[in-house]
Amino acid sequence: MTLVCVKNVHKAFGDLEVLKGIDLEVGQGEVVAIIGRSGSGKSTLLRCLNQLEKHDRGAITIADKRLDGEAMSPKELSENVGMVFQSFNLFPHKTVGENVCLAPVVVRGESRASAEKVAREVLAKVGLSDKYDSYPAQLSGGQQQRVAIARALAMRPKVLLCDEVTSALDPELVGEVLRVLEALAAEGMTLILVTHEMGFARDVADRVVFMHQGRIHEAGPPADLFGNPQTAELKQFISAVL
Amino acid sequence: MIEFSLWDILRNLLLATRWTIVLSLIAFVGGATVGLVLTFMRLSSSRILQRFTSLYVDLFQGTPLLMQLFLIFFGAAALGHPISAWLAASVALTLFTSAFLCDIWRGCLEAVAKGQWHAARVLGMNYFQTMRHVILPQALRLSVPPTVGFSVQVIKGTALASIIGFVELTKAGTMLNNATFEPFTIFTLVALLYFALCYPLSCYARHLEKKLYDAGLR
Amino acid sequence: MGVTLDFLTLLPYASELVRGLTTTVILTVVTTLTGIALAVVVAYLRLHGRSWTRFCMGSYVEVTRNTPFIVQLFFIFFGLPGLGIQIDAITAAFLAMTLNLAAYSAEILRAGIGATAQGQLEAARALGMTRLQSYRHVVLIPAFARVYPALISQSVIVMLGSAVVSQISVFDLTYAANFIQSRNFRSFEVYLVITLAYLLLAFVMRRVFMLAGNRLFAYQQGESR
Repeated sequence: MTLVCVKNVHKAFGDLEVLKGIDLEVGQGEVVAIIGRSGSGKSTLLRCLNQLEKHDRGAITIADKRLDGEAMSPKELSENVGMVFQSFNLFPHKTVGENVCLAPVVVRGESRASAEKVAREVLAKVGLSDKYDSYPAQLSGGQQQRVAIARALAMRPKVLLCDEVTSALDPELVGEVLRVLEALAAEGMTLILVTHEMGFARDVADRVVFMHQGRIHEAGPPADLFGNPQTAELKQFISAVL
Repeated sequence: MIEFSLWDILRNLLLATRWTIVLSLIAFVGGATVGLVLTFMRLSSSRILQRFTSLYVDLFQGTPLLMQLFLIFFGAAALGHPISAWLAASVALTLFTSAFLCDIWRGCLEAVAKGQWHAARVLGMNYFQTMRHVILPQALRLSVPPTVGFSVQVIKGTALASIIGFVELTKAGTMLNNATFEPFTIFTLVALLYFALCYPLSCYARHLEKKLYDAGLR
Repeated sequence: MGVTLDFLTLLPYASELVRGLTTTVILTVVTTLTGIALAVVVAYLRLHGRSWTRFCMGSYVEVTRNTPFIVQLFFIFFGLPGLGIQIDAITAAFLAMTLNLAAYSAEILRAGIGATAQGQLEAARALGMTRLQSYRHVVLIPAFARVYPALISQSVIVMLGSAVVSQISVFDLTYAANFIQSRNFRSFEVYLVITLAYLLLAFVMRRVFMLAGNRLFAYQQGESR
């Protein structure tokens, strides 16, 4: 069953065309890794999926509902699409628990008690139950990023977008974040990740999408893409990153 | 009873503005001179001089300018040496300005990175050579925008001289008001005249600040 | 020189001193709260209002910052009644101090808000918050924390500047000083004592603010990872 459908999406910043017609379908429960050089448009595509960037042309639907333009309110959008950022972006003046509870209470209007219950559940899922009352500044980068994942999950989104979520981490902290994502994938969460972690893409993703100069250049199961790249650009990219 | 036309009012205010400008210039030049001496006292290695300047700055920044004015004006009289409002205002504003400029300039000197001192040291420069060739030129650039910005505070500060009877713009305004009973017109004009003096300086300070920022120095 | 200082002549006027001090403290406390609250609104409108709202707020801020407080006070106390708006001295003092503090604080806050990381705003949007919600829950408190020292200084400046309200017969500390020295003819002693009272007030104010800040922005402790 198709969950996310991207049709002929274009996006330009001034004269710079960043997305030149993207078509992509992501099924329920699928894990899609988007790879490519910096500047290939992969982050922009991800940001279009929750309208942090408004695309110029084309259509994006989630569960058969248009999310672009004015079709979805910010609230509705956040209940469909969650996002985790490279730089965590936790709210520094709120505790871990408050970070996770904030949107459910403020945006969805849930009661504090039920939001706190959900917060404890999702924090347990990322292995940080004991940090409920800590402030972000007291956590390591890896822990902060796991809180950010929990915060996104608390809105119970249908799909989770991950924008280079391990790029800002010290190497020894990357593993704990990837393990959380792996567990989510195993639970059947739909994930779309922009990533530089080729090992993770190969082991966990159902499908890998290689973007090049604003287009999807090659896509397919990781074994095919990494084992038998068809285009010169992908071959070059793989040899450069591996 | 004399009738005042709008032009009469404006003319009298403009004439009084001269004294606001003169008093501002005296306070600024005097304050800069004293402030410079204070800044170097602050930088000296003598503990006593450092203590003295920081106490001086704290006292003038922690008390109302109006009280400083009263203390000098009435204090001199009470101590048997009455002085004119004009002199009292000049002295009070000079001291007030010097304290703030000293604080601003000390901040600028400290803002020059410690690494610059180290770099000069390893090149074999002594304290004065380092000051002269490395630190001061950089601190000077940093100090221009806040110094220009503070000149606005000096101009506004001169308005308090009206309270001890010095006839500058604000005093002229209250006197004209007593004669004409047109407070709205008069105080609007007074405010506009101060604005005309201060706003260009504020803009210039902001422009300089931006230029420094763009040059990557801030 | 046969001049001697005699502070004992102030003693009979203790009740005037207390009255003046109380007025100054109340004026300061109230205008600090109202001024900073107004500053939040002004800063927000200056950043996000329609173009004419932005222009009006900008004009208000610039005019206030570029004219003396005493002229603002006279304009409100003497000028507004000229337009038929009657106002008593203490209200005029509250109004003038609030408007003055708000104009400066709005600029300070605007800088603090402007320093909000883009990522914080994006995270709030991705969680579905509207701009007002993100201001309330995400932007404002860290912005306040960033510019808190500047806000303290500005409030102290307004407190010290409030000495001028004595000129419209508000019975504040300075008015008490003028009152006493007109009776005991000991102007120097009186002004010295009152100056020290202001100094103490400024010191206490900074302390209280700082302690409040430590509690309000406790999240910054343990910042070192």
